[in-house]
Amino acid sequence: MTNSWTDIRNTDLVIVMGGNAAEAHPCGFKWVTEAKAHRGAKLIVVDPRFTRTAAVSDYYAHIRPGSDIVFLMATINWMIQNDKVQWEYVKNFTNAAFIVKDEFGWSEGLFSGYDAEKRDYDKSSWEYVVGEDGFAQVDMTLSHPRCVWNLLKEHVSRYTPELVEQVCGTPRDRFLHIAGMIGECSAPDKTMTSMYALGWTQHSKGSQNIRGMAMLQLILGNIGVRGGGMNALRGHSNIQGLTDVGLMSNLIPGYLNMPTEKDSDWATYMSKKGFKPLRPGQTSYWQNYQKFMVSFLKAMWGDAATAGNDWAFDYLPKLDVANYDILRMFEMMDKGQVNLYFCQGFNPLLSFPNRGKLTSALSKLKLLVVMDPLETETAHFWENHGEHNDVDTASIQTEVIELPTTSFAEDDGSLVNSGRWMQWHWAAGTPPGQAQRDTWIMSGIFNRVKKLYQDEGGPFPDAILNLTWNYADPHEPSAEELAKELNGRALEDVYDLKDPTKLLAAKGKQVANFSQLRDDGSTMAGCWIFSGSWNEDGNMMARRDNADPDETGAYLGWTYAWPMNRRILYNRASADMQGKPWDPTRKLIEWNGEKWTGYDVPDISPTAKPEEVGPFIMNPEGTSRLFTRGMMRDGPFPTHMEPFESPIANVFNPELRGNPVARVFADDLAQFATSDEFPFVATSYRLTEHFHYWTKHNRINSALQPEFFVELSAELAAEKGIEKGGWVRVWSKRGSVKAKALVTGRIKPMQCGDKTVHCIGIPLHWGFMGAARKGWGPNSLTPFVGDANVETPEFKAFLVNIEPIKGEAVS
Amino acid sequence: MTTDPNLDSPRTAVSNPPIQPMPVNLGPGDVVRASAMPDLPAPTRELTPVAKLIDVSKCIGCKACQSACAEWNDTHPEIGFNTGSYQNPADLSDQMFTLMRFNEYENPETGDFEWLIRKDGCMHCEDPGCLKACPAPGAIVQYSNGIVDFISDNCIGCGYCVTGCPFDIPRISPTQHVSKKCTLCSDRVAVGQGPACAKACPTQAIVFGTKEDMVTHANARVEDLKSRGYDKAGIYDPQGVGGTHVFYVLQHADKPQLYSNLPADPKISGVVESWKGVTKTVGLAAIGLAAVGSVLHGLLSRGNRVTAEDDREAKELVEPSLPAQDKEA
Repeated sequence: MTNSWTDIRNTDLVIVMGGNAAEAHPCGFKWVTEAKAHRGAKLIVVDPRFTRTAAVSDYYAHIRPGSDIVFLMATINWMIQNDKVQWEYVKNFTNAAFIVKDEFGWSEGLFSGYDAEKRDYDKSSWEYVVGEDGFAQVDMTLSHPRCVWNLLKEHVSRYTPELVEQVCGTPRDRFLHIAGMIGECSAPDKTMTSMYALGWTQHSKGSQNIRGMAMLQLILGNIGVRGGGMNALRGHSNIQGLTDVGLMSNLIPGYLNMPTEKDSDWATYMSKKGFKPLRPGQTSYWQNYQKFMVSFLKAMWGDAATAGNDWAFDYLPKLDVANYDILRMFEMMDKGQVNLYFCQGFNPLLSFPNRGKLTSALSKLKLLVVMDPLETETAHFWENHGEHNDVDTASIQTEVIELPTTSFAEDDGSLVNSGRWMQWHWAAGTPPGQAQRDTWIMSGIFNRVKKLYQDEGGPFPDAILNLTWNYADPHEPSAEELAKELNGRALEDVYDLKDPTKLLAAKGKQVANFSQLRDDGSTMAGCWIFSGSWNEDGNMMARRDNADPDETGAYLGWTYAWPMNRRILYNRASADMQGKPWDPTRKLIEWNGEKWTGYDVPDISPTAKPEEVGPFIMNPEGTSRLFTRGMMRDGPFPTHMEPFESPIANVFNPELRGNPVARVFADDLAQFATSDEFPFVATSYRLTEHFHYWTKHNRINSALQPEFFVELSAELAAEKGIEKGGWVRVWSKRGSVKAKALVTGRIKPMQCGDKTVHCIGIPLHWGFMGAARKGWGPNSLTPFVGDANVETPEFKAFLVNIEPIKGEAVS
Repeated sequence: MTTDPNLDSPRTAVSNPPIQPMPVNLGPGDVVRASAMPDLPAPTRELTPVAKLIDVSKCIGCKACQSACAEWNDTHPEIGFNTGSYQNPADLSDQMFTLMRFNEYENPETGDFEWLIRKDGCMHCEDPGCLKACPAPGAIVQYSNGIVDFISDNCIGCGYCVTGCPFDIPRISPTQHVSKKCTLCSDRVAVGQGPACAKACPTQAIVFGTKEDMVTHANARVEDLKSRGYDKAGIYDPQGVGGTHVFYVLQHADKPQLYSNLPADPKISGVVESWKGVTKTVGLAAIGLAAVGSVLHGLLSRGNRVTAEDDREAKELVEPSLPAQDKEA
């Protein structure tokens, strides 16, 4: 989230598209009801199904799964055509004025530089024209034909209300009504908030869906302001924390990059991290990258990381591919290239696509270790559960070890919520049976591996032998010790860079925040963005002061929000070029002539003059980006791409299938279906009664939603002879499931041009372990392909078939 | 505020309980009516009437209320089947005192589709049909704050309350042979807490307080709904049963039956009403002797011949290994 849950109450308009907040985030959704009750805010829902969120909305429109980019680009086009643009914001706070290279272009669904053989773009043309002074060229009048604004205008001109009707199946009048409601929020004193989740991410172009809404929000001037923002609703209490500490194969804690094979040494690696400002006088905060990286390496290897050995840079693994995401891991596993797999708090047998392939892959492992508080399907993948897990147990040679772990309620620690709030929690109970904390298990493994290296040696033991491990109990580091390490401390006295006589942090003290981190080895910090969360003032995450001066929703004394306890990112953009709030009734920060003051921690140097320094300090431009240059694999603007399995050809280029640069493994390509065989569009989702595959182990949750079902329209049910509550078989090219039929008016057939598209909803939550009735998950059916940028699987749009079957009688 | 010892009833459900235990503030002296007990002594004081307001327009159907209800009352709803609906369990039961009922509605006036989700459960009528129908002395009581409570120890499981209820709420336990329903968490209210469902509701669609405060809040909600185009929004607080201590804000107050058959004008069954003024225990004896109309007979034939046999059957259900001679005894 750019903003916070509590800030949603400040909005005038909520758009829930690519998510179902009431269903999947019912507690956070209370802030929508607050905005409605106290500000008269309106709620728009755009979704293939009339959801629980839609049940309390002011306006709803349906949309065909996987067609969101058309809807979003058409909305942007409508804003431009109808002059619903926050012009001062767009000119000054976005890269609208930047001039783009002449070579950049788009035709037939593809941007310049496409190589069909490599399934990749040469992105060199997706760049600004840089002058001899080293700065990007701009035209503040926006009249230059090659400025970003005019390129955008041309790009979105293809996306008309008629195209929305044809491709999305959204009736034209519904689209126009929504565009009108959104357009009102281009006024400086009106804001819209976007709440989205996996309805946007789980597509082969998920990142571009989100880009589309981010661009719309920038054009409306709704980023950095109260009641605005791009608000990703994280689907797990600590999934934000997971990404923050870098549990992605290509990231290091704090969104630093894991080096690749090409980064043969420290100098090469750092040469790509210059982040020289692209406009005069801009901040470009990533210029501090080296401070954060060196502090991370010092946290890892302490005294063994020195200037002489490039801070132990060589100890880090170097990626030989873009990343080792879960799809790649299971592809390798299925090819017999993985011996041992550790599965920590994770149930991939039900969570990742194409369950048949997952079972096959797990069966080829030598050893599978599962650390989990519950008995997961993954840990029991080898057990035959009849039709619900019909495996030949005797033929599976994988050794499986289940290590019971504590749950969040049996442990101290912090959870990072969607709004980046790091909230400390205390154990509420003692672990049952032999359950142990994950830290105990991992310490046990580490200490044994280290001893093996000490006793027996081995190639390159340095990274293991030199790992810093200074905990009171080396067999179980405490949550407090780990939290302090993530915050970082001074290894030598740290002085003010501008005033070398001013001591900021004495040797051995916790650093106050990441502004005190240094690149000379005098500081350490495990995760720079967490710096400030446990400093010499104590555990800031444990704070519970709910004071909220002037009721802004900031709650600065409640826990700790990274970075710097800032509640709304880019909040400098809440004020105009003179530093005055766009909306005085929704003041966040303002320039008092000398410095920035207000309700939130300014997202800019406190003394940076408003006319001089742009609000988007993490970008070398100082502005936000409507045009993302070469930073995304599939284009600098979002362009419409169909799902890999779609009933409709890409309207711009019928030859294109899915995202033209998404990674597809050869065996999986053969398992993609066409609508000739599989005529119906399926989409998957959560239900509010359950949490993933956990709560089916709980009897009350299981009573509230006991049995696997699929949802379909009354029209499709009539066509197929399917009865309400009857049994159906749903199958894709990859698998088949049996479910109860929930026939509903909440799903309607959609008319896309001359084609009627039927949608089938497939909730997750059922498996073969736990208290609820045995069932299947949608992943028995879904295709093995992910987003081109981040590999999130395409769970939200795929093709299936359906038929009524006889099942056991309903009692 | 809730736990202020100077207040006779809690004013909200959202606050947390105090660290120190509170004295119980709801007892026999607060009972204003009890089933089959015409000579009940007058209450020692008059409590402020309380109410639970269910704002259907804010409800997201998450079932947190159902979950909280089962947790607080320690009931064990069965893991049933999906019958082609989001409504689970399929109906109220002696183990599920409240239930989200889901109804789909194509609004002919606006062309909009609506999903109307209503939390069903005891309405705590000011004039409770169940209490009037109940022949067991003290099995159903009404407190001066408006709560209608079932006292299981006095219940004979006859099922008259089921027929007496205009909302079809009470359910007879097949094993314990007592009638069960929402208590409005009288045990929580007694110690300054609001009902568990209201406490758990994430959108505050369920709120609790004095009836007066809840009506004020409901009126404001109705105004908001009218501003959003729901011209017929209103309060459902049916006067046919004297008003209720659980009441609704509805988007379409002119058509309550849209909400999974919420009765438009609920009234206590005429059969039950005819008992008014008669001492029911005496009346029952009279029925045993005199032939009565079939309707009345139907109402009562499930009657109070139950205790001995049913008690034994219930024991068999829960303890199937009882020795044979015990079964025959």
